[in-house]
Amino acid sequence: MSEISTTVAPPLPTATEKLQFYGMWAAAAVVLVLLPHVFGSGGSLTTFSLIGISIIFSLSYNILLGQTGLLSFGHAVYYGLGGFLVIHAINIIGANKLPIPLPVIPLIGGLTGLFFAVLLGWVSTQRSGTAFAMISLGVAELIASSALILRTFFGGEAGVSANRTKLFKIFGWSFGPQIQIYYLIAAWTLIAVIAMYALTRTPLGRMCNAVRDNPERVQFVGYNPHVVRYLAFCFSGFFAGIAGALAAINFEIANSAYLGAQQSGTVLFAAYIGGIGFFIGPIVGAIFVTILSLGLSDLTQVWQLYFGLIFIAVVLFAPGGITGLLMMHRPLVKAGTLRQVLPSYLHALVPTLAMIAGLVLAVETIVHYTVNPGDDSHIKAFGIPFDAASPLIWAISAVLLVGGFLVARKDWVRIREAWDRAGSIEREKDVTA
Amino acid sequence: MSAAIELREIKKSFGNIPILRDINLSVAQGERHALIGPNGAGKSTTFNLISGYFAPTSGSVLLRGEVISGLPPYQINRRGLSRSFQVTNVFANMSVWENLRCAVLWSTGQRYAFWKNVDNLPEVRERTAQILADIHLTKRRDVPAGLLTYAEQRALEIGITVAGGADVILLDEPTAGMSHAETERAVALIRRLTEGRTLLIVEHDMSVVFGLADRISVLVYGQIIASGTPEDIRGNPKVKEAYLGEEAA
Repeated sequence: MSEISTTVAPPLPTATEKLQFYGMWAAAAVVLVLLPHVFGSGGSLTTFSLIGISIIFSLSYNILLGQTGLLSFGHAVYYGLGGFLVIHAINIIGANKLPIPLPVIPLIGGLTGLFFAVLLGWVSTQRSGTAFAMISLGVAELIASSALILRTFFGGEAGVSANRTKLFKIFGWSFGPQIQIYYLIAAWTLIAVIAMYALTRTPLGRMCNAVRDNPERVQFVGYNPHVVRYLAFCFSGFFAGIAGALAAINFEIANSAYLGAQQSGTVLFAAYIGGIGFFIGPIVGAIFVTILSLGLSDLTQVWQLYFGLIFIAVVLFAPGGITGLLMMHRPLVKAGTLRQVLPSYLHALVPTLAMIAGLVLAVETIVHYTVNPGDDSHIKAFGIPFDAASPLIWAISAVLLVGGFLVARKDWVRIREAWDRAGSIEREKDVTA
Repeated sequence: MSAAIELREIKKSFGNIPILRDINLSVAQGERHALIGPNGAGKSTTFNLISGYFAPTSGSVLLRGEVISGLPPYQINRRGLSRSFQVTNVFANMSVWENLRCAVLWSTGQRYAFWKNVDNLPEVRERTAQILADIHLTKRRDVPAGLLTYAEQRALEIGITVAGGADVILLDEPTAGMSHAETERAVALIRRLTEGRTLLIVEHDMSVVFGLADRISVLVYGQIIASGTPEDIRGNPKVKEAYLGEEAA
């Protein structure tokens, strides 16, 4: 290695850094192994399984949106087709007693996703932006409606089901109990996350970012942006197929909902809320959205409405997502000025929560009068009972909403001022350093 | 020996409006050639035709004797022709290092590789580091390109253009908007980085043009009205009348 690349280039990772890096993955593996021993109930195993599937799916989506700048409204196509093929594969393998064990079955889903991405991607990745988004939506509608028409393959409204325990067994695992499915999903999640991370560190992965930033300039450094987008699309389809396969194995059924617009929307939500600008963003988003959707649906009838509000709030106020919000604080932590902004957060918390409470109260009251007008007005939202017909409740709601907003607005300004102060101290340190 | 770049009877119209009418231009290998002319004469359109951004309406562009007109920009780039842009055109969210590395990847044969770790490619590291040092942005290595100062972005723009090792370089107003001192530094940089390569440059600053160029062509209303050494151009009455005016004489 010559002098210039040792003095000018970014330093190569030291042995300690490498150890830390591999240690992190090993630690993740240990956590995945131990998780069921800490939270062993059937409910939490199901939740973990869903989170794992969602992590793979969201990360595969972010290969498009975050890495390559392609906004897709139809990513569920590759997830769903992977799921359907896997159900059929399980049935065929089971009926013919082929020596193929369940743990390798997700690969069939991945190859299915890859196959359809190869087939459908070349045209749609000609352009990014609106053209790509519209074509993805069109393809999604096409596949989703064929799912209801081509009954022999997609099984119509009911879908197709399979029995995962009928396959060739290895190590005596039947994959009947949820714990075994959890470990199957956990292993695939770890493999897929590592593979997708590694992809970002390759020449192709770097050129994906370049295409996202400036497709025009990419052409003048020798790369065809169309090919870069197409390859990203194919990888994305492959990993989406694996996620769909795991979902099909988990539920032992695939139906048209797998392919639908809602599934495509949810993955966009998860990736965006988590933060598309960071590799771990979609992982955070997948965990957040899965837990929230399972939790909220128990607490309120209109959980999707709250979901939409959260999404709008993130788009408007935190375009970097949850991860972006956390990462913003890193320089403050480094400069030791985090303590200066924390009090302003606490200060703003009370009126902001009051505003949200007022909003929830208003929403639930309106839902009562519009959706279930005939029912008893003593309703329960988020576990708290109240009388939707009482004028007092309406007044409280209005006061909380308006009053909370007026007070919170001032506190938000205070947060910004605290930030400016903390930031300027940090900059001064930078100069003197 | 065939010319590095040759334009033969190039015509280009947008709709019914002719922008270039019958351009003939030849740039010899290793020559520094400046293209000058008033605003709207078609200089940037000429660059866009040579680099593959547009195809000519008629006529042909030759690179070392091979026809390249009609090819997409990335294929022209792979044949060893690289251009910069008048408006800074970098990868704004990526660091200076990443910007330069992207410009090095294809020429080191990485293609669309998804099985190699980009940080472990010694040749890529070496060449990227070399260009980074050449454009004097070593201290700004990890800064996102979008946060650089204007002059630094212009230097990065030139760095990206030459990073792939192309032997024919097109620079579109590299010193536009720079202060006098910045311009001097930029000219020194261009002189050094294009050593032994063919350079075609569009420039408005006449001190840059006359200081740098071996030959000059003057483009007025989509036609080349004169082509020659700086002395020829300075003394050419047609050029004086159409463009340079009395003050340059």
